[in-house]
Amino acid sequence: MKHTPHTITGKRQLSADVYRMTFLAPYIVEARKAGQFIIIQIDSNFGERIPLTIADADPVAGSITIIFQAVGKTTLNLAAKNVGDVLGNVLGPLGKPTEVHRYGTADKPGTVVCVGGGIGVAPMHPIVQAHHAIGNKVVTIMGARNKDLLILEDEMKAISNELIVCTDDGSYGRKDLVTIPLIEWCKTGEVSEVIAIGPPIMMKFAAEATRPFGVKTMVSLNTIMVDGTGMCGGCRVNVGGETKFVCVDGPEFDGHKVDFDNMMMRLKAYKGQESEAAHKCRVGATPAGAAS
Amino acid sequence: MSCWGNSGRSRVVSEHHHRTLAELDSEAVAVWNEYEPQVAAGTLKAKDRAKIPQMDMPSQDPSVRRHNQGEVALGYTEAQVRVEALRCLDCKNAPCVAGCPVTIDIPGFVKLAAEGKFQESIDLIKQSSVLPAVCGRVCPQESQCMELCTVGKVAKDRMKSVAIGRIERFVADRERESGAVNVPAIAAHTGCSVAIIGSGPAGLTAAADLRKAGHEVSIFEAFHKAGGVMVYGIPEFRLPKAIVEQEIATLAAMGVEFHHNFLIGRTRTIKDLIEKDGFDAIFIGSGAGLPQFMNIEGENLVGVFSANEYLTRSNLMKAYDRANVDTPIFQSKKVAVLGGGNVAMDAARMALRLGAEEVNIIYRRTRDEMPARAEEVEHAAEEGITFHFLSNPVRILGDETGRVKAVECQRYELGEADASGRRKPLPIEGAFFTLEMDTVIPALGNVSNPLIKQTTIELETNKRGNIVVDDQKRTSMPRVYAGGDIVLGAATVILAMGEGRTAAAAITKDLAERRWG
Repeated sequence: MKHTPHTITGKRQLSADVYRMTFLAPYIVEARKAGQFIIIQIDSNFGERIPLTIADADPVAGSITIIFQAVGKTTLNLAAKNVGDVLGNVLGPLGKPTEVHRYGTADKPGTVVCVGGGIGVAPMHPIVQAHHAIGNKVVTIMGARNKDLLILEDEMKAISNELIVCTDDGSYGRKDLVTIPLIEWCKTGEVSEVIAIGPPIMMKFAAEATRPFGVKTMVSLNTIMVDGTGMCGGCRVNVGGETKFVCVDGPEFDGHKVDFDNMMMRLKAYKGQESEAAHKCRVGATPAGAAS
Repeated sequence: MSCWGNSGRSRVVSEHHHRTLAELDSEAVAVWNEYEPQVAAGTLKAKDRAKIPQMDMPSQDPSVRRHNQGEVALGYTEAQVRVEALRCLDCKNAPCVAGCPVTIDIPGFVKLAAEGKFQESIDLIKQSSVLPAVCGRVCPQESQCMELCTVGKVAKDRMKSVAIGRIERFVADRERESGAVNVPAIAAHTGCSVAIIGSGPAGLTAAADLRKAGHEVSIFEAFHKAGGVMVYGIPEFRLPKAIVEQEIATLAAMGVEFHHNFLIGRTRTIKDLIEKDGFDAIFIGSGAGLPQFMNIEGENLVGVFSANEYLTRSNLMKAYDRANVDTPIFQSKKVAVLGGGNVAMDAARMALRLGAEEVNIIYRRTRDEMPARAEEVEHAAEEGITFHFLSNPVRILGDETGRVKAVECQRYELGEADASGRRKPLPIEGAFFTLEMDTVIPALGNVSNPLIKQTTIELETNKRGNIVVDDQKRTSMPRVYAGGDIVLGAATVILAMGEGRTAAAAITKDLAERRWG
């Protein structure tokens, strides 16, 4: 039993800096469940380890798909890789899988609202798949700044009972923040669970939106991590007054208990250095196919 | 209490001139020449040996080394090692051996070193230890072999015992530097295969013994590099990574298979390894786990890093190499490290090397109670680290952007000795002080990693989350053994090695007796 080299078998640019990439990782395909993530390190000597979510998996091909935004040095380097290239180190699946509950009955299935913002639609995809498969009624709300930044609309439509698309600028779908349709659905009184994945600020407001309705709201956190296996403690967040580790206790937590303000502060810990590195990287090597 | 131990700030700057390797070597040569005739004639008596002064370990000048990652201790010269080895009284009952977790024949290898038979000396050590170059550097000798050494007992100072670790280091380095490392012989194939989880000291030791016994051995490591704490935790300046790589290369040459980026519990479960992959036995040596925090206000501010994170970024991820590396490290000016163990010393000294202007160690007790190796504490002090003894952080203060700006501490005093004989530190009411800091690094130990427990319900763990084992390191799950920090809680490299060795012997015996069918 050996790891198959993580050869890239597919790559597509979805928008200005968002990429979809598929590569071989048979062990991860076999073990992974909705809600889990991986850590990628491109270069064993000098590379950074970054957590990325799994958007899809193909058990026949033994490949997984990631969707990522090329914003930092490592993601820019990743975006410069092409089909046939091999990724040095891939660890996973990490984190606890999503707890997928069957709500309601076969005649009257319970409703689960899945809210994905921006790139957060990618990790939401397997979760929507899982709720769809178990027989819940799935309402998917996806949002983006504008039409060009929307991802996976067709894929989500195929597995959702209802799909609501919002853009901040109204260039496509509703001109609303995702919290507006979320509140509308909560008002129906039929929502059993809400899952929100996206930028921290969106998850914070989604949790605030559902709080008055007392609807269970799970969020999936993507914090700074080094090992991803419960050793470094860099990913810690405050949940209900307790320190929790995203890599082994999460990544999903009760959104009503997460201290988002502290988490957002912690995400900025290396901001200055990262933008410097990414700048050097953009100047040094423009990723193939990146918009100039 | 030593001159270090008061509740205020105590900065110990070495007063004496730093003695260079050349100076120490010529001293050793002079001593050797003095005793050589008696050695040759075989007339060197115990009382003569007892008079030989202990050889100082040559080191990089503190004012230079605080700015580089190069190894601090430079290792004995040949003259030094032979003189130091002459100090051994070759006691009949060899009390030192009882202090060694892997029972190395200490008088035996020391005697061979005194005779200049360095290869024979290292060969003898290797019968008991697979990582001599590592142990010579990182073992807490003063609380193991050296604590029981007669020479130290006579001098009433365990630090004056025969410097066993330094001799061990010399003979191990000599072999490695010669480029001709002997690969141990492998017994005929048993037809059994064993999976090892984790490639730290426990896992590597178990792997070596199991492979020598003729089993097929596969090591599963979560990181992209093998070595565990020896590569992510212990810094280059204390344990050069080339040494660990060499030890791992030896295992690979023996036919041990390494699987990197493989997280048992997630990529595959222990049950899978037995049922799907057909391993006959599993050894769990997954090591320490989640870093412990103090549960005080401000612990999640930006600028608070566990020592595990700080050291992993610096060592494994090479954050010190800013020109080449992608992993960022916090740019600190004033650093407070909380704790008094080896990890605290490593984090503090690393912070200094990464450019911090001021590095402080805050510890609740006094220097005498510090669990760190004496040499590390001394080196830290020489490098200009400030110690605050009898002080305990009560909260970390942040600025409006959520960054650390200060740490508030309470002063402590030592009370009456408790049942164990240790004087208990007690807080002094109302005695608080604040130190301005931009970085706080708790180095307070670890609680067990929950991952294997979460994904292996068959495994019995205690209330601290450590895996429960019998005296043969068997867990509650058939075919599964465990050792090292996942069983002990945070311990040392050598204790983990001892556990790996015990487990390997039990696995070989149980497989031979068909205990598991």
